[in-house]
Amino acid sequence: MRRWRLLLGLALSLGASPLHAQARLNVVASFSILGDFVKNVGGDRVDVTTLVGPDGDVHVYAPTPADVRKIADAKLLVINGFGLEGWLPRLLQAAGSKATIVTATAGIAPLKAGSDADPHAWQSVANAETYVANIRDALVAADPVDADVFRQNAKAYRAKLEALDGEVRQAIGQIAESRRRMISTHDAFGYFAARYGIALIAPVGVSTEAEPSARDIAKIIGQVKTEHIPAVFLERIGDPRLMRRISEETGAKVGGTLYSDSLTDEKGEVPTYIDMVRHNIRTLTSALAK
Amino acid sequence: MVYDALIAPFLEFEFMRRALAAVVALSLGAAPIGVFLMLRRMSLVGDAMAHAILPGAAVGFLLSGLNLFAMTAGGLIAGFTVALLAGVVARVTDLKEDASLATFYLASLALGVTIVSVKGTNIDLLHVLFGNILAMDDQTLLVVAFNATLTLIVLAVIYRPLVIESVDPLFLRTVSRAGSIAHLTFLALVVVNLVNGFQALGTLLAVGLMILPAGIARFWSRELTGMITIAVASAILSGYAGLVLSFQTRIPSGPAIILVSAALYVLSILFGNVRGIVRQLFPAPHLEA
Repeated sequence: MRRWRLLLGLALSLGASPLHAQARLNVVASFSILGDFVKNVGGDRVDVTTLVGPDGDVHVYAPTPADVRKIADAKLLVINGFGLEGWLPRLLQAAGSKATIVTATAGIAPLKAGSDADPHAWQSVANAETYVANIRDALVAADPVDADVFRQNAKAYRAKLEALDGEVRQAIGQIAESRRRMISTHDAFGYFAARYGIALIAPVGVSTEAEPSARDIAKIIGQVKTEHIPAVFLERIGDPRLMRRISEETGAKVGGTLYSDSLTDEKGEVPTYIDMVRHNIRTLTSALAK
Repeated sequence: MVYDALIAPFLEFEFMRRALAAVVALSLGAAPIGVFLMLRRMSLVGDAMAHAILPGAAVGFLLSGLNLFAMTAGGLIAGFTVALLAGVVARVTDLKEDASLATFYLASLALGVTIVSVKGTNIDLLHVLFGNILAMDDQTLLVVAFNATLTLIVLAVIYRPLVIESVDPLFLRTVSRAGSIAHLTFLALVVVNLVNGFQALGTLLAVGLMILPAGIARFWSRELTGMITIAVASAILSGYAGLVLSFQTRIPSGPAIILVSAALYVLSILFGNVRGIVRQLFPAPHLEA
């Protein structure tokens, strides 16, 4: 017990000591998509670690001692906010962390899902630009020596995101207006739908943990039939059988897998945010366009 | 009106029909097993088993990713191992079955969490593995039906030794060796029913439809055949009423079915024939000669 405290204290004092000008900034991001943003802005001037790694489900995260150590060492902790990281306050306390918390969604108006804010704001590329601006400002404040590098990186990356936003708009524009409807397992695509003008129907609430009622499923089946919704989509994490059932009962085809809450590792299909958006938009257009 | 509420949902939607079929099949297999579990004072074994299968599911996940088949097969193996080890320890040592099962399932759960973390992800495997009654595909439905058939046949074969074993194990030990075989076969049945139940329907339903109907039946019959019949009937009734409730009120289906079952249980406690509370307060007058 005492030795553990000593180690923790040591880790803390290291984390809090003034960094050498050439030392890299230690940043922890709560999940893989934020980690990708920080990497793009920080470049080689920051060390990024993510708590919920590739393919992880941020909704059901349980911290490990290694995570607590990462947080204790970090100068900045980048989180999404909007209630996504419900486990965070206890973890911060346990780590005795002095890290500055950066809420990447600061300044974004949340969509409501029931009475709570829907946390999946990154699914709109316009919001992602705000994320990047927030991360840039936090990095600049934490490490003024490298401020120019951060500003340049952020500018270049935001230009890419802006181009991506245009790409998405153009792709959606090519889908006939009556076919711009989609169904997905959980409400992760609310911001995407709002930004790009797609009608979204989801059987399960915001969290991957909620269970649908028979009435919810019946309503969706009715809606798919009467509105002739062309395709249903699966999500990377979760039980695909429910969507298959809806698809079989309505005749809508299964349009492919959409990525919502996490990236894959380097070898996977979508190692970066930009890859993820491109993958999703390809999947969507090929299923919805006739 | 009544027709609209009680029958129309099943005519209109195929997923409701499939859910009903699954719940009937599950009731036929799980409810009799629940009665024997209750007689053997092992009613909590289902919850223990839900955790005990984690290491097997995790090994399946490590070997072939999010593959339901591999994860279920692994879960079955882990469940069998835990149940059989616990059964053997309870037979050859002084430790009682519940305690021995508790130690094995906790060790198994810890092993499972360790294996998952080796992979470095934090997907809630059990969440992915555990299904939903509203999402019955052909394959899952066939597996549930196959299970029920198998369970009933095997139960019929081991019925006699199992009954004696549950009521008076010492007697059986003096006259026959069939007790051990019946006991271990029964444990295997429990595991098969639970793991496939989890995979098809989720933990709550798989365990709930096994245990609650047995508790209900206890208040209505003193003899085993009666208990089993009532358990199966009340399980099917809960399943049907729960699905209707879920359709009309937006309560998720699993909890709805179990809540109906729990309501039946409360009614049974109050008004049951066999030592129900009302019966005890106002006993039927004795016949006088």
